[in-house]
This record gives sequence, structure tokens and C-alpha cells, in this order.
Amino acid sequence: MTGLGRIGRLIFIGVPFLWLAVFFLLPFLIVVKISLAESTIGIPPYTPLVAHQVSGLELHATLANFGLIAKDDLYLRAYLGSLGNAALATALCLLIGYPIAYAIARSQGSVRQILLFLIILPFWTSFLIRVYAWMAILEPQGLLNQFLIALGLISTPLPLLNNQFSVELGLVYSYLPFMILPLYGSLSRLDPNLVEAAGDLGARPSQTFLGVVLPLTMPGIAAGSLLVLIPAIGEFVIPELLGGPDTLMIGKVLWDEFFNNRDWPVAAAVAVVLVALLAVPLLAAQRFLERERAA
Amino acid sequence: MPGRRAGWSWLLTLTLGFGFLYAPIVLLVVYSFNASRLVTVWAGLSPRWYGALFHNEAFGAAALTSLEVATMAASLSLVFGTLAGFSMARFARFPGRPLFGFALLAPLVLPEVILGLSLLLLFVACQSWVGWPSRGMLTIIIAHATFGACFVSVLVRAQLAGFDRALEEAALDLGARPLTVLTRITLPGISPALVSGWLLAFTLSLDDLVIASFVTGPSATTLPMAVFSSVRLGVSPEVNALATLFLALVIALVALAGWLMARAERRRQTA
Repeated sequence: MTGLGRIGRLIFIGVPFLWLAVFFLLPFLIVVKISLAESTIGIPPYTPLVAHQVSGLELHATLANFGLIAKDDLYLRAYLGSLGNAALATALCLLIGYPIAYAIARSQGSVRQILLFLIILPFWTSFLIRVYAWMAILEPQGLLNQFLIALGLISTPLPLLNNQFSVELGLVYSYLPFMILPLYGSLSRLDPNLVEAAGDLGARPSQTFLGVVLPLTMPGIAAGSLLVLIPAIGEFVIPELLGGPDTLMIGKVLWDEFFNNRDWPVAAAVAVVLVALLAVPLLAAQRFLERERAA
Repeated sequence: MPGRRAGWSWLLTLTLGFGFLYAPIVLLVVYSFNASRLVTVWAGLSPRWYGALFHNEAFGAAALTSLEVATMAASLSLVFGTLAGFSMARFARFPGRPLFGFALLAPLVLPEVILGLSLLLLFVACQSWVGWPSRGMLTIIIAHATFGACFVSVLVRAQLAGFDRALEEAALDLGARPLTVLTRITLPGISPALVSGWLLAFTLSLDDLVIASFVTGPSATTLPMAVFSSVRLGVSPEVNALATLFLALVIALVALAGWLMARAERRRQTA
């Protein structure tokens, strides 16, 4: 607001900035602090970093929690498992989402509006419910197995739930709309004359796609991939409800460390390493989204 | 990119794509009317699970808690998110703008376990320093308001980017005070973003399991927490009924918002 003056400007920027500083940025510093503390029995269950001694203040910081994460291969496998699952889900979302976004972008007028609304609607409905819905479908006695048996394709139920397959399916299903929307944004801005010109100049459809459409929609591909990859790496609900004993994902490890083992310093250290892992894609996402906005 | 021909591949892609997205939800709704206790065995139509749901006191109390939390959190989100969206859209430079932009974006994508854990550790530290806040509804509201504000700011910012500033300048030129311009011109102009922002923050709060589980205390259980502890043990027909009611509520709210915005648009055009 040009006319609001200095005080107005201060309120507009200052109030939300202060809120985010206290409730988003400051907590990170506390997580780092507690990741350097030792676990103890008490409330809160960690040792103070600065102790008051007769001789003055004494600093108690330990890297033992990070050492534990580095040594125990449970954590390493969980980080890699999350990364692998999330990367595969991102690739599958891209493969499935691109044709859907393309088909929506090619639709006309009100059909396009309705299709877009149907893509956005899942954002408004419960994530928990959408994951839960798959449990009844994938169970050994579930709807999909019943259907396949009725068709005569299989005679005994397939193990569809609580394994790697169901986790991957859950990830793809839950995050697909996050991929389709940015892809649609890029595709709808694509100038159809360019596609037509490529065709007129003798390019085959596959050549047009690889040479014209794909490079021009790269910003949408990048934005969509990051929007799927980053939250999928730390996902908890999906591995918890759809995963099995062989599912190792870091979001679930962090949850168990905190709620079941009640080891807050190790949970904090797991979170610090996870944030460090996510920092690069996160900063990339910010740059891409700012550029999308400028376009 | 308008299409030249909407052929078979177009229809097939959309059918498969939307079939995948909506089949699980449709099945869930259908089976919520199943008479059988076995969720996956169809035994005829019956509303019995809706009746059972109304007598489930744990779900009832949790639903009330969730509604209260979501209403408060969405309203706080609206205030902070609108201010933040304004700042990002209208002030091209101010100290800390990149950090501010990052803090507004990161909660949209950061894993919830991180947001939940970090906020909890803040609340615990605060409590040992100043004895406040005690964990429960208040801490959930604060947590939800924080990420809700980030979503609202995205919507407000996008709407302001398409807002014709000539209207504001004309009003200022005609002698309106800046605050009058804000309340009479700018805020009504971005009202669709405000309505959908509040609703989005409301449904996000209503839906959140992970962050609420971290920051809550023994006194407050939200609906997703109650649902989660029940579905951990397996599929249950009562949860199907609850999910169907939840979906109906969300769709009704979204439709209401759409209708309100369309009416506002018509009024503006006839005025």
C-alpha cells in the first residue's frame, strides 16, 4: 500500500514476520540445540546445554546423537529408503501426471474448469481419509483381491497391503495433484502455434513433444517434482498406515524415536539431518516458484 | 493450449486419471452404507454405521475440539496470511524479504514431522522459561495458524498480483484516506482469496494429524488423532461413515464458497 505510510508498512510486514520468526524460525534453532543435548529421564527429557556451576557457566554440547545416526545403519537405511521411495513416487507422478495435465490443457472452456476443480478438490479433502481409503481396497480380503478373484485372474489373495508396493501406491496417489497443477500451469501457457509450426515443418508428434513441448514445460516439471519430492521424503502417515515391517522411512523413524523411545535429542538430531538433506531442494523450490510467479 | 482434436486418447487419459483419483473415495462412500460389520463384504444398504457414529462419544468430543481449533486457527491464519501476502505483493524490497519469503514457503512443503517436532520443542522450552503455554488446544491453534497463514499468503499474493491498482490510486486521488481505500476497495477486491484462504486454513487444520499429535497435551484430542488411533487397528465401518460426513461437509463448504464468490462477482458487474 503506497498510501499507508511507515507505520502501516511496519504493521503489514512486522506482525506476520514476527509470528513466523517466533513459531517457525526460532523452533529450528531449538531443535539444533536439543540435538546437541543428552537424553535424560525427567521433564523435559534432555540435559540443559548451559549448566550453572560454581565456577561459572559450563557448556554441555555433544555430537553423540549425530554419531549414533552415522553409526547405526537403521538411520542410514531409513534416509536412503525415504529418498528412494520419494524419488520413485516423483517419477511415477510425472509419468502419470503429464498425460493428465496435457489432456486437461487440451480441454475446452467449462470442461476444463470442471476438470481443474476435480484436481484441486483432493487438496480440500482429508489426506488421512484418502490414505485410509486404500486400506480397504488393498487388504488380503479387500476389494481389489475380491475383484481379481471374481474375475478368475488369481485364486489366492495377493499381498497388496503393508509392503513396498502399497507405500509407493499411497505416495503416488496422495501427491499426484501436487504434480498435475504446476504441469497444467506450464502447459496452459504453451503457445499452440509453436506446436503447429513444428508439425507444419515436418516434425513427427514425438519429435514435436521432445523438441518443443517438453523443454518449454521444464519449469512446471521442476516445480511439480519438488512439490512431490520434498514432503514425500518426510512422509509419516503413508508408511505408518500402508507400510509393513520392511518399510523404512525417516518420518516414521523420527516419530517412533520421539513417541515410543521418548529420546528427544536423537529425534531432534534426525530432524536436523533431514532438514540439511532437504535444504537444497527447498531452496530450489523457492527459486522456481518465484520465477513461476514472475512469468 | 487449446486442443485441435479431442480424440480417444484424450478421453482415455482423463477416464483413467480421474478414475484413479476418485475410485477409492467413491468406494469409501459406498461402503459406509454397508450393512455388514466386515468392511469389504457387501450385505445391503444400511445407515447403521451413521447411527453408531452418533453414539461414539470419543469421536463426538474430538470433533468438537477439532472444530473449535480449526475455527480459531483459520481466523488467525487469515489475519497473518493476509498481512504477509500484502507485504510480499506490494513491498518490493525490505530488510529480510528473502528470509520472510522462505519462511512463508517452507511450511507448505516441509515434512510435517519436522514442523511438529520443532514447534513442540519450542513450547516445551517456553514452558520451562516462563511457564506458558501449557500444551493442549492453545498450542495446536498456534501451530495450525502458523502453517495456515502461509497458505493464505500464497492465495492473497496471487490475487493481489491480478488486482487493478488504478482503482486504489483513483480513490486516493479523490481524497480517500489510505485506511478507507484498504477497507472499501482493496479488501473487497481480494475477497475471493480471503474466503478461500480461510476455508483452506480451516480444512487443513481439521485434517492435520501429525503436527497436532506432536504439540498437543493430554487434555486435547482432535478428530484426526481419534480416527488415526482407530484405523491403526484396521478398517472400521464407523470411520467410513465419519469420512463420508467429512467429505460431504468439505464439498458443501467449497460449493458455498464458490456460490458466494460468484454472487459477489455478479453484484460487482451489475453495480
